[in-house]
Amino acid sequence: MNIHEYQGKEVLQKFGVKVPNGYVAYTVEEAVEAAEKLGSSVTVVKAQIHAGGRGKAGGVKVAKNLDEVRTYADEILGKTLVTHQTGPEGKEVKRLLIEEGCDIQKEYYVGVVLDRATSRVVMMASEEGGTEIEEVAAETPEKIFKEVIDPVVGLTGYQARRLAFNINIPDALIGKAVKFMTGLYDAFVAKDCSIAEINPLVTTGDGEVLALDAKLNFDDNALYRQKDVTEMRDLEEEDEKEIEASKYDLSYVSLDGNIGCMVNGAGLAMSTMDIIKHYGGDPANFLDVGGGATAEKVTEAFKIILSDSNVKGIFVNIFGGIMKCDVIAEGVVEATKQVGLDLPLVVRLEGTNVDLGKKILDESGLDITAADSMADGAQKIVAMVK
Amino acid sequence: MSVYINKDTKVIVQGITGGTARFHTKQMLEYGTKIVGGVTPKKAGTEVEGVPVFNTVKDAVEETGANASVIYVPAPFAADAILEAVDAELDLVICITEHIPVLDMVKVKRYMEGKKTRLVGPNCPGVITPEECKIGIMPGYIHKKGHIGVVSRSGTLTYEAVHQLSQQGYGQSTAVGIGGDPVNGTDFIDVLKAFNEDPDTEAVIMIGEIGGTAEEEAAEWVKANMKKPVVGFIGGATAPPGKRMGHAGAIISGGKGTADEKIRVMNSCGIEVADTPAVIGDTMIKVLKDKGLQEKCKTH
Repeated sequence: MNIHEYQGKEVLQKFGVKVPNGYVAYTVEEAVEAAEKLGSSVTVVKAQIHAGGRGKAGGVKVAKNLDEVRTYADEILGKTLVTHQTGPEGKEVKRLLIEEGCDIQKEYYVGVVLDRATSRVVMMASEEGGTEIEEVAAETPEKIFKEVIDPVVGLTGYQARRLAFNINIPDALIGKAVKFMTGLYDAFVAKDCSIAEINPLVTTGDGEVLALDAKLNFDDNALYRQKDVTEMRDLEEEDEKEIEASKYDLSYVSLDGNIGCMVNGAGLAMSTMDIIKHYGGDPANFLDVGGGATAEKVTEAFKIILSDSNVKGIFVNIFGGIMKCDVIAEGVVEATKQVGLDLPLVVRLEGTNVDLGKKILDESGLDITAADSMADGAQKIVAMVK
Repeated sequence: MSVYINKDTKVIVQGITGGTARFHTKQMLEYGTKIVGGVTPKKAGTEVEGVPVFNTVKDAVEETGANASVIYVPAPFAADAILEAVDAELDLVICITEHIPVLDMVKVKRYMEGKKTRLVGPNCPGVITPEECKIGIMPGYIHKKGHIGVVSRSGTLTYEAVHQLSQQGYGQSTAVGIGGDPVNGTDFIDVLKAFNEDPDTEAVIMIGEIGGTAEEEAAEWVKANMKKPVVGFIGGATAPPGKRMGHAGAIISGGKGTADEKIRVMNSCGIEVADTPAVIGDTMIKVLKDKGLQEKCKTH
């Protein structure tokens, strides 16, 4: 789960990470009021969307007076920002962060992530702040420093100091940088983050170490114990079909193609997309109904697939293990009756009770094309939507 | 011979009184697995499918002499269940539970350092040595005893590969699901090592998916150490970057973990990679023919 920059900063502040003063604004009036309250000589107007690259897309402006705050707020609110992370359709700006400007001496990068290779949390830092860390990693990997953190003791003082020295934080600010990094790690662990990235971290003319930006992502599996994080969820930033699917415990991802897919198991669901592509088709979605799919779940999955107007045909690919094929078949029949399907439907059933499942489909009188294998099914649906 | 489990493995089921665990306990018993006990706090003295239930793993191990456990405990309590099994010094712990918070697993891995227990999973279908012992949730009937080892991050893709092999008469020595989470107990290299040393395994199928670099590291290991042919498949070639594809670990981030890169490295390390999941079995059989192992591996 993602949250907005201003929310991330609110979380980090509670852990002793310093951020510039600022307020969220939903309207131009609120933006101007916020700037008045701040009373700073320079105010930054920042678009709040769940994507990076906002600056380059015109979503971050520096205002020198209240009139400029008004002008920029008016310009950015309601604007659709297209960045390298939003996709070509872009994202509409509905919230602004109005923040006091600061006297930046230098920009750095600090990030906390899970390192899969060591099964540990790792803090990374670089003095190449402000640019994408992937770019730094590709071009000047020697400028990225890492500390692998033992979960028993957490980020130690010497590790934080070593990072701060390695990225050439001025001596006078080492203590503040250590406090910043310790707070960042503590927040990561306490809030079950999957990513906590500060890009840039800045040192200022008045001797502060501040998070100028904050990107926090959270582990969906831990949200049950992070109620305050869940409350920060902004549904307007998420795909409607993905929200609907999550209500029924279905794992769904929207794609651009026209073949709707319903599969059990994440690996098989991914591979079903791959094989459709292999035979010249384009999948409209990833959908894993899970191991314990019931007729009700199958029906909901169908409704979600059909709510995508791009879908011109559906491929159901099930390898029944513990999941019995007859249960799936009954679900498919029930769903098509309820939803009234007029698109081509190819069903491949394999595994437990496969004969019974096929019999149910045959006797349903529905216009269902049966497939003998995954390859057969993929070829059939690709041909039918062409 | 086989890998990790065989007909003598004595298994306890943690969380045995839950609905899913009851169902699978029955399935495992029917397959012939020696389920000797179960654990659910405050349910000691009761029975599930004729299997005695204990309050703690320690009690269960002392009473039954179990050397392995399988965990069906709900995600918020699953990490603690693993720790309890490790503390009881079991040889093998297989965690089926999915959706365990990843920071819980970071602590579990740290706790397990230097301990004797092997953890398989979490978020996995389990381990099966056909016709001897099935621990997990996989459909038993698609498996046949034989000489192909299977290791995979995905449950249903494992079934797909096993089914293709069995249908064409090629049995399996052991199939190990290592799970779809970013932090897991047993990785590809652990299982490949075990298959390399197992006299009953002649060749190995390795099924990976997008996310992380475990497949690349395993491929390098194969190139340097593996004496037996390895065939691969990678799921998610068409997955968009930045999106979690069902499994917590299946995500392309920062340009890392793409299927193309994994396939490239695997090919360069001598691993034949199947073009589609429909031809994993055929790709294996072709390699067996090339290596003159076809007769040895054809079991019926």
